[in-house]
Amino acid sequence: MAVSMQVDIVSAEQPLFSGKANEVFALAAEGEVGILPHHTQFLSTLKPGLVRIVSGDEEEHFFVAGGILEVQPEVVTILADSAIRADDLDEAKALEAKQRAEEAMKKAESEVDFAKAQAELSEAIAQLEAISKLRERLGKRGLTVSH
Amino acid sequence: MAGASKEIRGKINSIKNTQKITKAMEMVAAAKMRRAQQRMEASRPYVEKLKRVIGHVANAHPEYKHPYTQPSEHKKIGLIVVSSDRGLCGGLNNNLFRRCIRSIKEWQENGATVELALIGRKAETFFKHVGGNVVASVVDLGDAPHAEDLVGEVRVMLDKLDSGELDTLYIASNEFVNTMTQQPKIEQLVPVVADAAQQEKMPVYWDYIYEPDAKTALNTLMNRYIEGLVYGAVVENAACEQSARMIAMKNATDNAGKIIKELQLAYNKARQAAITQEISEIVSGAAAIEG
Repeated sequence: MAVSMQVDIVSAEQPLFSGKANEVFALAAEGEVGILPHHTQFLSTLKPGLVRIVSGDEEEHFFVAGGILEVQPEVVTILADSAIRADDLDEAKALEAKQRAEEAMKKAESEVDFAKAQAELSEAIAQLEAISKLRERLGKRGLTVSH
Repeated sequence: MAGASKEIRGKINSIKNTQKITKAMEMVAAAKMRRAQQRMEASRPYVEKLKRVIGHVANAHPEYKHPYTQPSEHKKIGLIVVSSDRGLCGGLNNNLFRRCIRSIKEWQENGATVELALIGRKAETFFKHVGGNVVASVVDLGDAPHAEDLVGEVRVMLDKLDSGELDTLYIASNEFVNTMTQQPKIEQLVPVVADAAQQEKMPVYWDYIYEPDAKTALNTLMNRYIEGLVYGAVVENAACEQSARMIAMKNATDNAGKIIKELQLAYNKARQAAITQEISEIVSGAAAIEG
C-alpha cells in the first residue's frame, strides 16, 4: 500500500470519519484540491460540496455544507459545518437573538425566512451537483448509484 | 375519630399520586440523560480537533495575527450564560446564577462593564428579575440542541468583539462531572487560551498556505472555534439538566415514600383509637343496661 495519512472529518454534532487514506479531495475556497500525504501546511475554508477520501481501492464520499480544511504533512482535518452558512443568514440570526433580548415581540420573520430559503436553495443545488458528479464518476466505471 | 382517619387516607392517596408523577419524571429524565450524554460525547471530537488546529496555528508564524489571540484589558466583558429551559432540576440553574453574580460583581469592582448573552428560559427569567445588560437571548433549544440555533447568539457577541465593544468573552455553564455531580464553571473564550499540551514540537519556522487569504481563513476558524465551544457547553449543560432532574425526582419520590409511611402510621393509630373507643362505648353501654 502506498503512503497514507490520517484523515479526520468532524462536525459539531458528530464525528463523521476517522482513518487512514492515500488521497483526499475537497472543494476549497478557490476550487477543488487534491491532498496527498506530505502535503505542505494548508488552511482553507470549504465550500458546500463533496469530500472524497481514497484509500487503496476504496473510496468514501461525504457531503459537507462548508467548513474548514486544515492540512499538516501527516494529518488532514476537516471541520464540517452542520448547516449551510451565509453571512446574511448569520446576521439575520444575530438580529433575532438581539430582538428576543430586547423583548420586542415582533420578529423580522420575513428577512429570516428569505435568508433561510436562500441558504436552503444553495444547499440543495450543491447536493444535486455532488450527486450528479458522483453518478458521472461511478457511471464511467459501470456502476450505478441509487437515489 | 372516623373523620380523621378518612382525611389521612385522602392525603395518602394524593401523595401516592404525586409519587407516581415524580417516579415517571425520574424515568423520563433517565432515558433522556442517556441520549444527552451520547450527544455530549459526539460533540467532543469537533472541539478536540479544533483545539488541535488552533494549537497548530499558535505554532505557526502567520502573516496575520488574529485579534482573538491577542491579550485583552478585561475592561469590556461579555458573558454567555447557558441555562435550561425547564425547571424541576434541583439547584442546577441557581448554583450557576449565583456563580455568575459573584463573577460579575468581581469584574464590576475592577471597573469592567459586563454584557450578557443568555441561553435558556431560566436565565432569561432570572436576569429579568435581578437586572443586567442583556444583549442577546435564545430559548427553546429543546432536548436535542442544534449547533445552528446558536449561530445568532454567538454572532452578536463576536460582532461586538470585532467592533471593540467587548474585549473579553466568557461562558458560564454547568460541567458534567458525573451523574450525581454537576459543577458550575466560568471559562474564558476570548482571548483564546492556547493549550500548553497542544504546543507540540514543530518545524522551526513555517506558515500555512491560506485560501482564500489568511484573514478570512483564520476568521472562519476562530468563529467556528467559539461556536464549537458554545455548542459543547450547551449539550453538556443539557446532560447536566437531565441528570440533575433525575436526581431531584428520585429524591422527591423517596421523600413521598417517607411521608406516606408516616401518614400510614398516623392512619393506623387513628383507626385503632376509633376501634378502642367504639369497644369501650359498647362495654360501658352494656354495663349500664346490666346494672
